[in-house]
Amino acid sequence: MNSLSVYLIIAAALFSLGLFGVLMRRNLIGMLISIELMLNGANLNFMAFNRFLAPEPAVGQIVALFVMGIAAAEAAIGLSLILALFRRLRSINIERAQRLRG
Amino acid sequence: MSGSLLVDSLAHAVFWVVVGIVIGGAALAVFPRNIVYNILGLIACLSGVAALFLYLGSFFLALMQLLIYVGAICIAIVFAIMLSRPLHLEVPKRRMPKLAAGIGAASIFFVAIAAVAWKTAWKPAAERGADWTITTIGHLLLTRYALVFEVISLVLLVAIIGAIVTTGFSRRLSS
Repeated sequence: MNSLSVYLIIAAALFSLGLFGVLMRRNLIGMLISIELMLNGANLNFMAFNRFLAPEPAVGQIVALFVMGIAAAEAAIGLSLILALFRRLRSINIERAQRLRG
Repeated sequence: MSGSLLVDSLAHAVFWVVVGIVIGGAALAVFPRNIVYNILGLIACLSGVAALFLYLGSFFLALMQLLIYVGAICIAIVFAIMLSRPLHLEVPKRRMPKLAAGIGAASIFFVAIAAVAWKTAWKPAAERGADWTITTIGHLLLTRYALVFEVISLVLLVAIIGAIVTTGFSRRLSS
């Protein structure tokens, strides 16, 4: 239980599940949920390295806090874009947003 | 002595239950096609990660995880689901080659990272402080990391204004 590798493998599992979700989902909100999973995997990695290896325990917690703040900003912007896209297309399927293709 | 042994084994058991909640919640957040199950799985997974933060020794971060992720982000996603009614919209079936490619990419990534994490002999820093308190975090946030702190607040402000402008303008255009 108290070993760094266990936490790293849990975080890797979270991140790869999120990666699978981002690659596979076509529901935009589903993709946003998967991105949150990936951010949490990274956060767990920061906290695990902070607990087991780092010289200063406060720094890892501060970095994790910053990641949470960025995640909150990203969720707000992403959800408002999804709502705007839904009003325009009446759909949140990513494959319907073909007009955004360059 | 046997009492502390009991507490230790209980903590072990609870740890693996929490790991099960995290992985199961993540699977529930990714695999079902119904978006309400996804958000429930995300809430379970993030609460489990908060418990893992507790095991890693940071009560403060566990509380922040519950407040920001479960309390703010998940509720915002629930509101977006309510506003956009995606449950009634039909989604076409997934195509098999795409599914195989996605599973392949994710599992290659997982195997590579897990192998690196397992094989490496991690060495702790030579001198490690034992200062986990919120007071130190506050001091560091207002001294060494003051610039980053301010930039984060600026980013949040811009994100709030941008979200209001984006949804407001699209409503005016569509109605």
